[in-house]
Amino acid sequence: MKETAGMSIIVKRITKITVSLIFLFGVYILLHGHLTPGGGFAGGVIIALSFIHLVLAFGKDVALTRMNLAVASVIESLGGLLFWGIALLGFLGGYFFLNVLPHGRPFDLFSSGIILVCNVAIFLKVGAGLFSIFLALALLRMPVDDKETHR
Amino acid sequence: MIELHVILILMIIGAVVAMEIKDLLSSVIALGAVGIGLSLEFLLLRAPDLAITQLVVEILSLVILIRATVGAHMPQERNLKKPGYFIFAALFVCIFLWFTAKAVMQLPVFGQPVMKMGSLYIAEAVRKTGAVNIVAAIILDFRGYDTLGEATILFTSVIGVLAVLRKTGRKP
Repeated sequence: MKETAGMSIIVKRITKITVSLIFLFGVYILLHGHLTPGGGFAGGVIIALSFIHLVLAFGKDVALTRMNLAVASVIESLGGLLFWGIALLGFLGGYFFLNVLPHGRPFDLFSSGIILVCNVAIFLKVGAGLFSIFLALALLRMPVDDKETHR
Repeated sequence: MIELHVILILMIIGAVVAMEIKDLLSSVIALGAVGIGLSLEFLLLRAPDLAITQLVVEILSLVILIRATVGAHMPQERNLKKPGYFIFAALFVCIFLWFTAKAVMQLPVFGQPVMKMGSLYIAEAVRKTGAVNIVAAIILDFRGYDTLGEATILFTSVIGVLAVLRKTGRKP
C-alpha cells in the first residue's frame, strides 16, 4: 500500500474496521425507515459518509476505484427516476402517489407498500448526490491541498 | 423544559461566536456546535426522525466545510464603525423585534392543538399505509408530492454544484 496518499497508518487501520460498520448501520436505518426513526434520507447520508470516510482516510485514488463521479451521477439519476416511477405507478389505482402495492401486516419488514420502495429510491438519490458533491469538491481542491503539509 | 432553554441559549451563544470570531475554522466549529444543539433539541421534543437526519447532515456539512476552509485565509473585513451603519442596523433590529413580538402573540400554545388534518393522520396512518412509523407514512404516502419536490430541489442543487466544479472545459 502506498503510504504517501491519505492519512497515517493508524487512521487507515481504524477506517478498515469502521467503514463497513457505518455502511451496515446505514442499510439498517434505510430498510427500517417505516418501522423505526430514520428512513431513506438519513440512511443515504450515512452511507455517503462511509464513502467520504474512505476518501478522507485513503486519499482520492484508492477510493475512486470503488466509486467514481460518473457512477455516482448515474446512480443519483436512477434514484430520481425510480421515485418518479413509483409516483406514476399510482395511476394504476387512480391517482398520483397512490399506495398500490400490498400493505402487509404492520411491524413486518416487508410491509407498508410503496413506502419501503420510496425509501430505497430516496436513499439512492441522496446518498449518491451528496457523495458526488463531496467528490467534486475534493477533486477540485486536491492540487491545492497537496502543497500544504499541515497533516 | 429547562434543559430545552439551556440548549437554546448555548445555541444562540454558538451562533454569535460563529459570526464574530476571526478564525474561519473556529467559526465552522462553532456552527457545528449549533447544529448538534439543534439535534439535541429535536431529541428532547420527541422527534427522533428529525434528530437523526439533523445529526448526519450536520456531520456531512461539517466535513465539507472543514475541508473547504482549512488553509483558506480569508481576512474578514468589518466596517461597522460608521454611525450610519449602526443606526440602520439598530432600526432594522427594532422593526424585526416588533414584528416578531406581534407574530408570537398570535401563535397557539406550544404543541397544544392537534389540528384536524393531524388527528386524521394519527387515526388512519397504520390502516391506510401499513407503516408503523407515522413520519414515514406522512412524508412518503400522504405527502409524497412534497417529498418529490424536495428530491427535485436536491437534484437541481447537485447538478449546479457539478456544473460549477467541473474539470472538463474549464479555462486554465
